[in-house]
Amino acid sequence: MGDAPLLEVERLTTVFDVGGRALPAVDQVSFTVGAGETLGLVGESGSGKSVTALSILRLVQPPGRIASGRIRFRGRDLVALREREMRALRGADISLVFQEPMTALNPVFTIGSQLEETLAVHGRATGHAARRQAVDLLGAVRMPDPARRLDEYPHQLSGGLRQRALIAMALACRPALVIADEPTTALDVTVQAEILDLLREMKARFGLSLLLITHDLGVIAETADRVAVMYAGRLVEQAPVRALFHDPKHPYTRALLASVPDDRPGTPLRAIRGAVPSLGALPPGCAFAPRCPDRFEPCDRLPPGETRVGEGRAVRCYLHGDAVEPAAAVPGAR
Amino acid sequence: MPLVEVRHLVKEFASGQGLLRRGAVVRAVDDVSFDIEEGETFGLVGESGSGKTTTGRCLLRLVEPTSGEVRFRGRDLLALSAAEMRRVRREMQIVFQDPYSSLNPRMRAGAIVEEPLVIHRMGAGPARRRRVAELFELVGLDPALASRYPHEFSGGQRQRIGLARALALEPSLVIADEPVSSLDVSVQAQVVNLLMDLQQRLQLTYLFIAHDLRLVRHICSRVAVMYRGRIVELAATAAIFDAPQHPYTRALLSAIPVLDPDAPRARLVLDETAVDRSRPLREVAAGHWAAI
Repeated sequence: MGDAPLLEVERLTTVFDVGGRALPAVDQVSFTVGAGETLGLVGESGSGKSVTALSILRLVQPPGRIASGRIRFRGRDLVALREREMRALRGADISLVFQEPMTALNPVFTIGSQLEETLAVHGRATGHAARRQAVDLLGAVRMPDPARRLDEYPHQLSGGLRQRALIAMALACRPALVIADEPTTALDVTVQAEILDLLREMKARFGLSLLLITHDLGVIAETADRVAVMYAGRLVEQAPVRALFHDPKHPYTRALLASVPDDRPGTPLRAIRGAVPSLGALPPGCAFAPRCPDRFEPCDRLPPGETRVGEGRAVRCYLHGDAVEPAAAVPGAR
Repeated sequence: MPLVEVRHLVKEFASGQGLLRRGAVVRAVDDVSFDIEEGETFGLVGESGSGKTTTGRCLLRLVEPTSGEVRFRGRDLLALSAAEMRRVRREMQIVFQDPYSSLNPRMRAGAIVEEPLVIHRMGAGPARRRRVAELFELVGLDPALASRYPHEFSGGQRQRIGLARALALEPSLVIADEPVSSLDVSVQAQVVNLLMDLQQRLQLTYLFIAHDLRLVRHICSRVAVMYRGRIVELAATAAIFDAPQHPYTRALLSAIPVLDPDAPRARLVLDETAVDRSRPLREVAAGHWAAI
């Protein structure tokens, strides 16, 4: 790559002000997405992966707020932008594909009018030109019979076709970065496979960068170039996709991969004991420590800091180094 | 004798009803036949709209079948009166996918688990409370949590409550409809292990309805693959996964994401027009049936 990354998230902390406390949904998270790269952000519910996505687009709603950190997109810090500037950027330079296309699309407008509106709002095209572009976009996402689909309403399309329409909308203004939050979770496995193929194809064709957020390790293995693993608001491991699957370093990543059913039918699965801690009750040390099979003395004291463990790899775990996380930037956030 | 025998099961739903249009009929389940042997885990897989959930509900008559036969220990369930059916249902319980919407939010966990015992007038007073505590322990929950409400539990714990409730009447068949698909990955394995453990301890028979093929491969002894209301393939689990015969089964298996970035991607796309839906199942190998 060489050049500066397209997106640089630096020590992002997003908190939710609840009952007089600032609960860190995203806690000093740093990562980059390079031009043309797919970063897979993987985590379970409550890991902070979706709040990270909303933070990048500055769509976090109260009581949530970005408490500290920087989000540089093409060198500009999005955290410091005015809302008006941010609005111009959303959908045009960075767009979002949601999990549930039925709720993300407006049920009372046709697919065509929603696509045309996206183009018009960002000053890309109006009238006949917009309609022509809308047909082209639906064709690009391999919507069968695009001209006819333009006049249909979201409920007339299948789940897979709705997700295609949503992807067309996300691509309408030729954004540099698409954030896809669980884009295939609501879909059947054969449709999921088609949508993942489509995302890969769109990425290559339009030179996109993709931030793919999912809980599904299989989707990550098939789609991502690099992976960031989140747990309880913190980024615990980052690695190129091959390295992560062949040689996971963090005990959480290892446990997650080991818990997937494998080739030994009928045997007990290697389950992770316990449950993800709630934000209000994070342990003082590593958030995974209470569930960790490799826990030792330092784990319960302070959250581990980032340790480099090879080319493009970092992990937050005392098994791999004794770095300690600097104190939270927000008073009361930990 | 198999525990459950399903023969030529059909469920039709009326669709497109309105002032001007009448009487279009959708066959959600279309001539489905299979047996479930005592003690096995029989998997029913397929995508949304394949009819797998409707089939499961027809077995319990939570949905009334349009035609066909469902026999449980040899008794034809469709011929039973409502009162007789209620008695048979003690032996056939269902665990739902979503532990958030399937538990009454206004009832305490203990009362949710106790309710089937109350309805079927089983035990009373301290004996019933002891039974509830026993059921909590059976599914790995602290009985002290019985006074809490569903929202105070995690997703995995709620699914355990649903399971304790289903087991209250000591059923022999449990229909598990996507029992772990709404749970976090790290919690899914716990619940799957619990299901396998309970099966051993209580000699349960499972009808396991799921779309997660990895999981189905792990816990099912036999699998039926449904496609648009029909069973297109039925065989021992290993045979389905190692030697799938029907083009839909092949396409479905090839779409499972592989947990290895280096694995070759050999996606098979189903040519839907080439699937002859009228073709009956035939035995292509011993115990391996396919509609080809």
